[in-house]
Amino acid sequence: MKAADLAAQFNLTVVAGKDGLGRTVTGGHCGDLLSEVMANAPVGSIWLTIQVHQNIVAVAVLKEMTAIILTGGNVPDEEARAKADEEKIPIMLSDQRTYDLAGMLYSAGVG
Amino acid sequence: MSSLKKSFNIRSRDFIHAGEASITVQQLLKQMRIDPALIRRIAICGYEGEMNVVMHGGDGLYRVEINSDRIVLEISDQGPGIPDIAKAMEKGFSTASDEHREMGFGAGMGLPNMDKNADEMFIESVPGSRTRVRMLFLCKGTK
Repeated sequence: MKAADLAAQFNLTVVAGKDGLGRTVTGGHCGDLLSEVMANAPVGSIWLTIQVHQNIVAVAVLKEMTAIILTGGNVPDEEARAKADEEKIPIMLSDQRTYDLAGMLYSAGVG
Repeated sequence: MSSLKKSFNIRSRDFIHAGEASITVQQLLKQMRIDPALIRRIAICGYEGEMNVVMHGGDGLYRVEINSDRIVLEISDQGPGIPDIAKAMEKGFSTASDEHREMGFGAGMGLPNMDKNADEMFIESVPGSRTRVRMLFLCKGTK
């Protein structure tokens, strides 16, 4: 599934990194501790987190993740948006809790 | 292939640019068609090393040396040094501030992640002065 299709299907608001929406999502990861994400997130994954600062973009790039979803109504800070645009990492927003959204994604065949 | 060396400054408490050295080197290694699994291991070690300097160290340096058979990554900083390296290597041990923990750092996984992903890792530290973490990656390794 393309990141753009995932955003449309799950009613996610894309706020940055739109140039990366054509990339394919092949898995998922939930986590707010950046070292844990660095250690365990799979390549090509969609990353669900509540962290909103610019360092999430570097983590996504280095782990070759496809996109980031900020859950629980969180929004990225300005530096994170700029970095995501620069690195073409889509940041999407959801009001759902991480647990609930992850369940929906998993049920839809993501991961 | 002759040795290729690159170095990048890391500034203390500069969260804006943290990770940029690791991303630059990741792109360079991709262009050089280095094994993707090896690039991922180097990315983890480089990022964790950069963040350690940003959060705990004085200003520092990210150095990489790329050879046909091995890649050497060295992260060094100008203090304050690590009083007890064995303790710092324990999973879950961290001296991160509350502010850094709220940002998702300080899980006490940085140095263990680096040790796990490097073929060999050496730490030298002079408390009150400096730290140098040197990691070796074998290009045909299977780790």
